[in-house]
Amino acid sequence: MTTKAKAIEKEKAVVDGIDVSGHWTRVFEQRVIWDYDLAALDRVRGIEGAESFGYCYQCAKCTPVCPVGAVADFSPRRVFRRVQLGSDLLESPDLWLCTTCANCLRVCPKQVNMIEIMPAVREQAVLEGNAPAELQKAFENTFRYGNPLGEPARKRGEWAKEAGVPVRVMAEYRQPVDVLWFVECYPSYHPRGKDASRALARVFHALGVDFGILGHEEKCSGDSQRLAGEKGLFEMLAEQNIATLKKYKFNRIVVTDPHALNGFRKEYPKYGGEFEVLHYTQFLAPLVDRLPFSRKLDYTVTFHDPCYLGRHNGEYEAPRQVLRAIPGLRLVEMAHCRENSYCCGGGGGGMWMDGFTRDHMAERLSERRVCEAVEAGADVLAVACPYEVSRFEDAVKATGNEGRLAVRDIAELLDEALGGGAA
Amino acid sequence: MNIVVTVKQVPDLVEDLEIDQSGKALDRDWLKFKINEFDEHALEEALLLKEAHGGTVTVLAVDTGEVDETLYTALAKGADRAVKIVGDFAAGVTSHQAAALFAAALKEMDYDLVLTGVQAVDDLDGQVGPLLAAALRVPHVSVVTGVDVDGRVATVRKEYAGGVMAEIEVDLPAVLGIQAAKQPPRYAPVSRVRQVMRTARIEEVEPSAAADAGVEVRRLFKPEGGRQAEIIEGSPEEVADRLVALFREKGILKG
Repeated sequence: MTTKAKAIEKEKAVVDGIDVSGHWTRVFEQRVIWDYDLAALDRVRGIEGAESFGYCYQCAKCTPVCPVGAVADFSPRRVFRRVQLGSDLLESPDLWLCTTCANCLRVCPKQVNMIEIMPAVREQAVLEGNAPAELQKAFENTFRYGNPLGEPARKRGEWAKEAGVPVRVMAEYRQPVDVLWFVECYPSYHPRGKDASRALARVFHALGVDFGILGHEEKCSGDSQRLAGEKGLFEMLAEQNIATLKKYKFNRIVVTDPHALNGFRKEYPKYGGEFEVLHYTQFLAPLVDRLPFSRKLDYTVTFHDPCYLGRHNGEYEAPRQVLRAIPGLRLVEMAHCRENSYCCGGGGGGMWMDGFTRDHMAERLSERRVCEAVEAGADVLAVACPYEVSRFEDAVKATGNEGRLAVRDIAELLDEALGGGAA
Repeated sequence: MNIVVTVKQVPDLVEDLEIDQSGKALDRDWLKFKINEFDEHALEEALLLKEAHGGTVTVLAVDTGEVDETLYTALAKGADRAVKIVGDFAAGVTSHQAAALFAAALKEMDYDLVLTGVQAVDDLDGQVGPLLAAALRVPHVSVVTGVDVDGRVATVRKEYAGGVMAEIEVDLPAVLGIQAAKQPPRYAPVSRVRQVMRTARIEEVEPSAAADAGVEVRRLFKPEGGRQAEIIEGSPEEVADRLVALFREKGILKG
């Protein structure tokens, strides 16, 4: 700190011969901000991709929309301020709490882009061995087995055996298909994810969709690992998936996972993977009139917009169109919906840092979200991202809402209305 | 100080284990391999010693399949050299054979310290360290959980049963069987592993070493199921009474 600031307005001022003296807005000498040691800030904004961190002018528009800010001492503005005061972001828990949900970027007048800042700074931390242990475990699993769950690669396509309808595996089928269905990890291995995959297979079958899957050849799309700071892992997975996809002939890719959608649309083209890619709700929305519904679903449903389908890829209508087509179903909206949807906490690596983030948050983001669904009067929380069924089902139990709110993938609701699967 | 770390590939238990037609070995067609966990700790301890005292770390492995990924990962973590003992080892090697091969390779190398994992999770025999030390005619300490070096003497902490620890001074060169490094093994960022794969070279050596298998497997089989467990149902009082009756019946409870 230097000496106390003093006013510098002039008593008499003449500009181009005109006397403009008068009452002044009080202007002071440069504020003490210039005396901060900006080394910590310089370190962050010096990282390629993290330059916009330095644009922050502390307006705090991000603070009320940050989902983590609702449960922790956190928001992009706060992260910036702490770094400005000398805190090393690479050593701070702040670095791992952001879920890259993009709601701050939506309102930021300075385009401080956390979606680029976080992966860039995290990559440095990963290279320095500073990532949370549970996140490193997920990285290692993905590197070794092609999925963050640590499940055997060989069993990736096994869910399809119990789908009740034929599911072609490209390595065996070896003929062109219309739709290459990129199933992703949680829909392949997680018990509730597999339920949704089997349901979606039956929906495709009911529509006569000509589709195939990669089965054991498929690997994690890797986009969440990229956002969590493992760019090298992402590049490896992208190269492997692109090489596998190029062996086969298909018209388009349909993905179950909005994170895969994001990776395929925005990152894979940089590695030579140019494909037409649709989220499954986008693929189904124009086809709903052809679905032979046989059951009415007497449910009040609210839809959780996944960050990577909505804010990141601009799709809000397709999932709602599909839901509205289901006979009997009433769709209600939560207070946080569409562009202002509340993050489930699984993005940007949050899926694999539950133990770490729990130490820094008053409650899980998913827990707040299911309470909001109950407040909206819904008895079913419909989801379209494979991270969410398990996250929200756990949250329903943790918040004591068991029996009051069911969590269902849109594919499961369609399947039920078509008369398949479990009612 | 030059440290050599011997590493072994063991079956990754993420895949189900199948026994091959001979009935004496695992079916290697179905197996995926990974570095033995104790060897990973030996490597970590070596890297910590290098960071503290300077010198080099060399990883040495027998080419029993899928070993390159392990060696590149070790280089990405900070090892200086990776040496692969090549030959016809696709069926795996026993501890006696591995020790003979490592000894033959080490005779051509400069080393002050050889770190092995205390044992491997597949055979659990813990013999490579002692056999290797005997072949090299250097001291050996096993079940080590921390190493410090001062000049030509290493001070090592050895763990005994019952939580007893010993601090032992050992003259270098020596072979140490590492139970646990001072800190958990570090993470190798994939971008660094990939960079190493593009730029580093795995050296290959073909030492002549003849050794008996040491042990011969007569039969390999999966654990055979025992009798079914009995689930005791009822109120807590009923369950407790039944337990007491069972303990009496089996002679655990007298009177």
